[in-house]
Amino acid sequence: MAQKLLDILIERFGDSVVLETHNHCGDETAVIDAAHWREVATFLRDDPRCKMNMLADLCGVDRFDAEPRFEVVAHLNSLHFAHRLRIKARIGDEDGEGALLDSLVPVWAGANWFERETYDMFGIKFEAHPDLRRILLYEEFEGYPLRKDYPAAKTQPLVPYREGPDVLDKLPPFGADEGMVFGRKHLDYVKEED
Amino acid sequence: MGEMIKPTTSQVIQTGQSGFATTKFNELLAWARKYSLFQYPFVTACCAMEFMSTASPRYDLARFGSEAPRFTPRQADVLWVVGTVSQRQAPILKRVFEQMTEPKWVIAFGTCASSGGFYDNYATLAGIDKVVPVDIYIPGCPPRPEAVLDGLMLLQDKIQRGDKTPGVVKPRHDPAENLVQLRRKTG
Repeated sequence: MAQKLLDILIERFGDSVVLETHNHCGDETAVIDAAHWREVATFLRDDPRCKMNMLADLCGVDRFDAEPRFEVVAHLNSLHFAHRLRIKARIGDEDGEGALLDSLVPVWAGANWFERETYDMFGIKFEAHPDLRRILLYEEFEGYPLRKDYPAAKTQPLVPYREGPDVLDKLPPFGADEGMVFGRKHLDYVKEED
Repeated sequence: MGEMIKPTTSQVIQTGQSGFATTKFNELLAWARKYSLFQYPFVTACCAMEFMSTASPRYDLARFGSEAPRFTPRQADVLWVVGTVSQRQAPILKRVFEQMTEPKWVIAFGTCASSGGFYDNYATLAGIDKVVPVDIYIPGCPPRPEAVLDGLMLLQDKIQRGDKTPGVVKPRHDPAENLVQLRRKTG
């Protein structure tokens, strides 16, 4: 069903914009050139054959060690035709710099909080977003926790932890060899040496 | 830790038909306090369901004189921290605790409040005792109402004795024994 959508996209924009398409278990995906991100989204919303009037989800992916490093994924639904499509854009260099993409808020108002969350977790910035602030974490938080190079054990407390004689000797989390077996010890990503 | 003992110097003296009781003032005060614990429920997550269950008539928290919730910390005696507390909420929790008047007690309800549970990450406070002193830890994910009542009785016992050290609710029986029996049956 949605293969038709991919055909429409390729027919309209060509291979220079639709960089890649694939299909997994009936869910079609199109990788869009980041410079044409909003243009393609607007087309998908307005074209009478597409009518993608619902943005179901928008999120980020850190592909780490790949170039471009980040992927922004948007899941689109058409309530009219009951078909769906996933579009992706790849942005940002190896160090996470230059992760900038056009905001989809002018296309679907619902993109607002999704993009704020993506910014919060990955540090991907959205151009022309009306209110790009952190949404889940606090303003004092440094870094972006869902980036693979964010240390898995790093917390940034807002209030200093208690100290003094009345504090138990042993406060959780306990040592590296204690606690849960699926602990965070091996979860830190380390860049491969060249 | 976790043991319930009731030493007392109070005694009842019977003289004929009537009688009288002698006690220390502090013991009388502690006795009054332990049966009138006004609670401040700081409820953040799924443990709330079990908390509601404990508070409702089937398990009946009111039997222990601790059913009255007060949604201002200034009128509360016990701070029930029920559920996961995130780093972002920690300042709020601390503020609520600081607003409570002495004497005050804190109960960490469930594994998340006690230690952060499996939320071992950037967002979650790994146990509320990092921020506020805890009197009773009730482990469980979520704890059964019986465990909660055990924790409450443990707190009452501590209040009666003037004991300030933290206590942990122990399981009623060792779960490892079940496992051994299960292995014997199947093996």
